[in-house]
Amino acid sequence: MGTLPPTPSQTVGPFYGYALPFPGGEELAPAGHPGTITVRGTVYDGAGAPVPDALVEVWQAGPDGSLAGAPGSLRRDPVTGAVAGRHGIDFTGFARSATDAAGHWFVRTLPPAPHRSGAVPHLAVCVFARGLLHHLYTRIHLPEHATALSTDPLFAALPPNRRATLVAAEERPGTYRFDIHLQAGASEETVFLAFP
Amino acid sequence: MTPSTQADVSAEIAALRGTRPGLAHPDRAYAPYRSSALRHPRKPLVVVRDPEAVELSGPVFGTTDVTELDTDLTRQHTGEPLGERMTVTGRVLDRDGRPVRGQLVEIWQANAAGRYAHQRDGHPAPLDPNFTGVGRCRTDDDGRYAFTTIKPGPYPWRNHTNAWRPAHIHFSLFGRAFTQRLVTQMYFPGDPLFPYDPILQAVTDDAARDRLVAAYDHDLSVPEWSLGYRWDIVLDGPAATWIEEGR
Ligand SMILES: [Fe+2]
Repeated sequence: MGTLPPTPSQTVGPFYGYALPFPGGEELAPAGHPGTITVRGTVYDGAGAPVPDALVEVWQAGPDGSLAGAPGSLRRDPVTGAVAGRHGIDFTGFARSATDAAGHWFVRTLPPAPHRSGAVPHLAVCVFARGLLHHLYTRIHLPEHATALSTDPLFAALPPNRRATLVAAEERPGTYRFDIHLQAGASEETVFLAFP
Repeated sequence: MTPSTQADVSAEIAALRGTRPGLAHPDRAYAPYRSSALRHPRKPLVVVRDPEAVELSGPVFGTTDVTELDTDLTRQHTGEPLGERMTVTGRVLDRDGRPVRGQLVEIWQANAAGRYAHQRDGHPAPLDPNFTGVGRCRTDDDGRYAFTTIKPGPYPWRNHTNAWRPAHIHFSLFGRAFTQRLVTQMYFPGDPLFPYDPILQAVTDDAARDRLVAAYDHDLSVPEWSLGYRWDIVLDGPAATWIEEGR
């Protein structure tokens, strides 16, 4: 396994903003779905300043636990080429949110279900930014899964002061905050993951 | 703070060249690229070895996610863009050499004068009303992608005094798994700006850096129409083995 040398990563740079974000990229849940939750946060740099040119992508299991995903996140009109948007019938599992001028991102989604019994569901996150030469992965867990999470081997192996960076905070019912600290001191820096 | 000179940055580049032998990806802390200073984690990444990780699957895209016109960046306006018309094509493979099928490839680039159609690009080079510089396609069953576009120009930036980016096309790629996600840049052979550029030179392994440079392929050139470049891409990262081929 692993016979071909990989193509190196390069930064997304400052100008992806007219290429990668797409209308409705943040809207993973079908419009008006009563189970919709909002997960939002700010991306911060090592000086504690918001990062206005970051891109946050989310991949997750559906509300049925399926990891099959579905096409149609960027569904386009073949006549005009304009973005037609998700049709809201299938859950695509993929969202993309560019940070705004205040470093803020959000997704509106449905809570993921476990993909197998015993699994702790999460939103898989991939972060890109100007200044970041290679993207970073992290995981968003919802606070209602905190008890199950405590038995997750990856989570249990972390120093206690870093675990909180992987759990979203409930701001009010249905709205969760998950800030991403690209660089920070002892406990604030977000735990980022490698998949060898 | 006074901006660094090219000589300062070149000395830093030289000092780091050849470090991280065999490693493809840049060190996120690579100092000659000044914007990295506050935007890289100081702590080591936590390694995930769970064979059932959610990240071993990933988003899928279909025929509705792209249109025919998305692959031809020269036909998105009423007139023809200025510049050298070119085609760029290649295969997207995983690290086991298997084609990545039906996956999304997105590109964006400056126009022939080195200007992005982006409000924050302050380079005083002309915008081209017939060129936006955004394209996307899905790979075919061999993992192949193809775009028609124009060759982008080099452009200045503010990393240090007299900093210029070599001409490049930005690429965004998806594999079968979220772990195989890649955003990178494709360069053109023989560009004299290579040694001066801290973004390209952030790949400190010589062989790895060479893999970011497309090959001019005369057989891909179309007589009296366009020049051809070939660039194959290998996605790093594991994927679940239980996911069906060609999904
Ligand atoms: Fe660029």
